[in-house]
Amino acid sequence: MSHSISNAVRRKDAVAKASGTTEYLSDQFLHSPYHAKCFYSTVSRGKIISRSLPDLPEDYYIIGADHVPGTNSLHMIIDDWPVFADKEVRYLGQIIYLVIGPDKEKVLELHSRIKIEYQELDPCYSLEDSASLLGGVQHGEDNVFTRYDIHHGNVEDAFAGTVKILENEYYTGYQEHVYMEPQSMFAFWENDSFVLHASAQCPFYIRKSLVGALGMEPEKVRIIQTATGGAFGGKEHFPDVLAGPLAVAVYHIRQPVKLVLDRKEDLAYTIKRHPSSISIRTAVDGDGTILAHDINLRLDGGAFASCSAVVLARAVFTVSNVYNVPNVRICGRVFCTNKVPSDAFRGFGAPQAVFAMESHMNYLAYELGVDPLAFRQPYLLKQGDATITEGKVHEKVLLPEMTERALEMSGYKEKYERYKNIPGKGIGFSYFLHGCGFTGNGERDLIKARIYLKKDEQDHVFIYASNVEMGQGLSTTFCKVASKALDIPFDQVDFVGPDTAIVPDSGPTVASRSISVVGYLVQKAAERLKEEWVPGEQQMITQDYSPPEGLVEWDQEALKGDAYPAYSWGVNIVEVEVDPLTCEVDTKGIWGVYDVGVPIDRQIVEGQIIGGMVQALGYSHLEKLENRDGRFKQATMADYMIPTSMDFPSTEKDILDNPFEYGAFGAKGAGEMVFDGAAPAFGAAVSQAVDAIIDEVPVLPETLMELTDEGQ
Amino acid sequence: MKDNKIEFTVNGGKKVYDGDPLRRLLDVLREDLELPGAKEGCGEGECGACSVLLDGKLVNSCVVAMGTIGGKDVLTVEGLKETEQGKCIIEAYADAGAVQCGFCTPGMVMASEAILRENPEPDEQTIRKGLSGNLCRCTGYDQIVDAVKLASERGKGLW
Repeated sequence: MSHSISNAVRRKDAVAKASGTTEYLSDQFLHSPYHAKCFYSTVSRGKIISRSLPDLPEDYYIIGADHVPGTNSLHMIIDDWPVFADKEVRYLGQIIYLVIGPDKEKVLELHSRIKIEYQELDPCYSLEDSASLLGGVQHGEDNVFTRYDIHHGNVEDAFAGTVKILENEYYTGYQEHVYMEPQSMFAFWENDSFVLHASAQCPFYIRKSLVGALGMEPEKVRIIQTATGGAFGGKEHFPDVLAGPLAVAVYHIRQPVKLVLDRKEDLAYTIKRHPSSISIRTAVDGDGTILAHDINLRLDGGAFASCSAVVLARAVFTVSNVYNVPNVRICGRVFCTNKVPSDAFRGFGAPQAVFAMESHMNYLAYELGVDPLAFRQPYLLKQGDATITEGKVHEKVLLPEMTERALEMSGYKEKYERYKNIPGKGIGFSYFLHGCGFTGNGERDLIKARIYLKKDEQDHVFIYASNVEMGQGLSTTFCKVASKALDIPFDQVDFVGPDTAIVPDSGPTVASRSISVVGYLVQKAAERLKEEWVPGEQQMITQDYSPPEGLVEWDQEALKGDAYPAYSWGVNIVEVEVDPLTCEVDTKGIWGVYDVGVPIDRQIVEGQIIGGMVQALGYSHLEKLENRDGRFKQATMADYMIPTSMDFPSTEKDILDNPFEYGAFGAKGAGEMVFDGAAPAFGAAVSQAVDAIIDEVPVLPETLMELTDEGQ
Repeated sequence: MKDNKIEFTVNGGKKVYDGDPLRRLLDVLREDLELPGAKEGCGEGECGACSVLLDGKLVNSCVVAMGTIGGKDVLTVEGLKETEQGKCIIEAYADAGAVQCGFCTPGMVMASEAILRENPEPDEQTIRKGLSGNLCRCTGYDQIVDAVKLASERGKGLW
């Protein structure tokens, strides 16, 4: 059944963006009295033993740790990341100074004359370096930022009675966001307040990170989101890291300052997707039935914690994927290393986890000599099944229907059989799921989202929330939800751009929560406004979050209960051809079938599906990002290659409806889940094409050459 | 130094420039002429967000030095959007769902105009090839390809 709210409307922002009239930060503040340039550390780990600064002409400033009026730390989840490096540096690229002045050339000239002398210490570049405490401990007692352990069932007993143990390890690499608009912000002092315009996902996160550093009340720190030219997680916490130094500078000089990273800086020094290393030991009985998984999941967190703890949580809660296995033990850890911090990126730990488990299921099927698709079927989660955190799958699971649809669209079965006899051709399959919203009690205890609906005397309705439009279509879908609930025309509703002085805190624009969680508040508020509607009068509705009923209570200490209230689900199929000489992989077909509850706008969700798929296929084999001695080797967009219009064929997709009672008109999250499944499906396809196990992304031609040379 | 004066046109209007000949066309468009439709995504000619038409050819304005454009004609999205062709493309982008974050979109619109001038009825491969110098991180391109097809269908006779 198709819901009328899914019918596509023209996006509110489309014409202005396509006409070039939408102002991004650099357009809105085309001319700035002052420009800032970051001065970064040039070693990965060391003590600063001397600093030499040039003499400054009038109107030029070099701002550093000594200028911080409050505490020299940015408050994220913990506050380990300093505003400016002071006595030590922990990664190559850490901000030591901000150089500021009216003339950009002069700023660069002064910048080139700053000299820092370091006493270098042994840096940790790998998980093994970190675990062995190379160069001395850097975080806590063991260099582990966060550890989460899960034990579902009884893994020891299962392994004790087992017939066969199959074990393999899976690796995923870095990925850079490459939002087309680099990190950009503009700040000034107004009366007794600090005001920041920023291309950002989470205005209230920025405010929270700054108040301690500035020693100011939150009300005196105002963050205004500008039109945001892509984010994908890269503008979740990282804007805090630039806003801190900029805020300290503006606090002192009381002048307007613009800080825009150039692309090379953005590639070199902004946060990346966590590299992962996930080993899975599986106990199998004589019939080839899976008895237990014992999983060691490690993420490379880089130098500071940022939101790695939350990324780890999602990776851990996702790694068992769509399967009901009675005994599962997971040890999840994120390690501190001396590299650019890893942080949020679309999927948020789930893509790494799903890649590992899906690749492992293929490995098990291969070792057991069974068909990989048929092998998966007995384990698929069903409504009412327990999750590994002793929560429950509350919703109807449509995986059988989705599977059938995906097979029919792609011709998978016939191709899979045929390609067994055609070297160089392959087709692969993946299942995946993505929990909607914050983990556990996060929405109830941490976020406590609030939104307003305001109606003016012309009966025009405005939505006040802190979730941002960053390309995903929220300014349109929020208005669709409100107009549908109010039963008024779409054009009669508008979305107010997030500004911490004006909108309530409905939480960050992350975790696929904006429509599924905040959108539901918009719907409830609109339903109330409809009841109370008085034509021609100003009216205002405040709507606060309340948790869905019937959930298994979450225990954050024990990590037990419903990790998420609902899940989005997906099936991906990818078909490839591998060139026998160059080992280049050419993608020949892409199919995806999804359950996102109810799509609030089919065209917008399809845009998420295709965009997520292509971004994830880039991750799968094009986007090689290597860190050597703390520095990323790929320094420009010519070296770090994101997909072009020529790299992939069209994505064929379908969306099955499965309304979620506590989502806006039945909606669940869509923006992240669409990233999760491509890498394992791609890996499986390549695996068939080259007749070897693929246990790592990106899949590089050089790796394939080695594999084929080995004749595996 | 009157010999250093560079005369060119932007969106049909005559301009005279007498600054540093190595300055980038992108900066002159944005900072001097206050035409911010062309965006800086990479500054090294890789992403296409700064695309404009120079004598009808699609170029990345971040790698065009002012010294090279004497006597040439520059068309930016601000000029294109006032034409029938521009309106047709922009409407098609909006209807096809081809716009997400929008940062690449003005450049994509310029590339679309270049494709349609070259071939008013392009097939999918021609469109994909014509867009290949313009990077988009949001859409995965399919809906942009659809938009160019839609503009081609709706705008019969315009190109």
